Amino acid sequence: MPKLLKAVGCLLHRDLTVALRRSTDILTPLIFFVIVVSLFPLGLGPEPSVLKTIAPGVIWVAALLATMLSLNRLFANDHADGTLEQMALSPHPLTVLVLTKVTAHWMLTGLPLVLISPLLAIQMFLPESAIGTLTLSLLLGTPVLSLLGAVGAALTLGLRGSGVLLSLLVLPLYTPVLIFGAGAVAGVIADIDVEAHFSLLGAFLALALAFAPWAAAAALRVSLD
Amino acid sequence: MQHKYASPKFFYTLAGQLTPWAATITTLLLVTGLYLALFIAPADYQQGESYRIMFIHVPAAWMSMFIYMMMAGAGAVALVWNVKLAEIFASNCAPIGASFTLLTLATGSLWGKPMWGTWWAWDARLTSELILFFLYIGYMALQASIDDPRRAARAAAILALVGVVNIPVIHFSVEWWNTLHQPASVSKIGAPSIHPSMLAPLLLMSLAFTFYFFTVALMRMRNEILERERHTTWVARVLDPES
Repeated sequence: MPKLLKAVGCLLHRDLTVALRRSTDILTPLIFFVIVVSLFPLGLGPEPSVLKTIAPGVIWVAALLATMLSLNRLFANDHADGTLEQMALSPHPLTVLVLTKVTAHWMLTGLPLVLISPLLAIQMFLPESAIGTLTLSLLLGTPVLSLLGAVGAALTLGLRGSGVLLSLLVLPLYTPVLIFGAGAVAGVIADIDVEAHFSLLGAFLALALAFAPWAAAAALRVSLD
Repeated sequence: MQHKYASPKFFYTLAGQLTPWAATITTLLLVTGLYLALFIAPADYQQGESYRIMFIHVPAAWMSMFIYMMMAGAGAVALVWNVKLAEIFASNCAPIGASFTLLTLATGSLWGKPMWGTWWAWDARLTSELILFFLYIGYMALQASIDDPRRAARAAAILALVGVVNIPVIHFSVEWWNTLHQPASVSKIGAPSIHPSMLAPLLLMSLAFTFYFFTVALMRMRNEILERERHTTWVARVLDPES
């Protein structure tokens, strides 16, 4: 067991280091997120009451798209230089290694989205009471996006046109997270009790944690054949 | 383990013998079902004649979900036991299932116009049917972009299994979302109980659609077997009996 823990620690450290050396990779999805949200006032007009109503949906959809854009690099670089094959050959279970890689991916894309979301919430005139809910819903929801996305990224690894294909596979699976994530924020604005939304987001996270790494590892084995 | 019935060559002949029977049963069921649905079943006291689109819409919706389950089940069999035939069946389910989903959406829209006064409503069932359609499209797109048919089948099977876990979650989420957002103006169509004179054609139509699915699946599978085994001598003999 300690050997596995050590492997997990090494992999996490390595993934974070590699990503931080290429910091544009981290910044691009984040900037994309900010730009997409900022486009909506330009398209709809600066009316605060309008922006406030659409803000939960807009911010959540933008987070979905930003996560999706970043999924490509989850396995692609490691696949290109052969690291991924070595991981598959290693004595450690691939499921655990995939989970580690997803964790690193979330820390570099999901977490920055969560951290910058209050700024966008202010920009979209969300009431102060809803800002905390937005951040918390993203905190629970973005790991699910990374986990489900890992399955899609593993399935489309090395295929032509994999970017568009990935969105086709992953976006329909994201709908429950979108519904309850955006629903929680809209619920707070409408003064509805949103405990159930958070319970369900937590349930999705538990479900995704249990099944997605396993499915992604199986998909990787197919792609590496 | 390669059982006799699971060998593509044997199945090709068997499917060839079964297809005319399945097609005949489909035609008989379809004719009886349509006759009962369009001429015998009484007009609805609320919806008049336009409710009759239900006899296409509801069986198509059932089929769209049934076929996805079959596809995922066959995919699981293909993944676990490495059965070639299950792979071929699963990959040929997708276009048929997608067609039924599209038919459900189209008839739902046509039914919605006289009933709801609009072509499209974000009704829970229509919305989850739309997402199911997207899932089918994703499945087919993934399969089309992998050249090696065996690898394509295994990747698609994993996607179908992920989808099958997600479908109940998606359906439940959409329903919840719908009750929160939908104003009560959209009336729910169809009382919970249904008169036997309407139930009989509905069940007959569902059976007809099921047999139609098996007929088309058998035909498609025969084609794919020929394509996959085109380098073998038995296929050469099938295609050109004189050689």
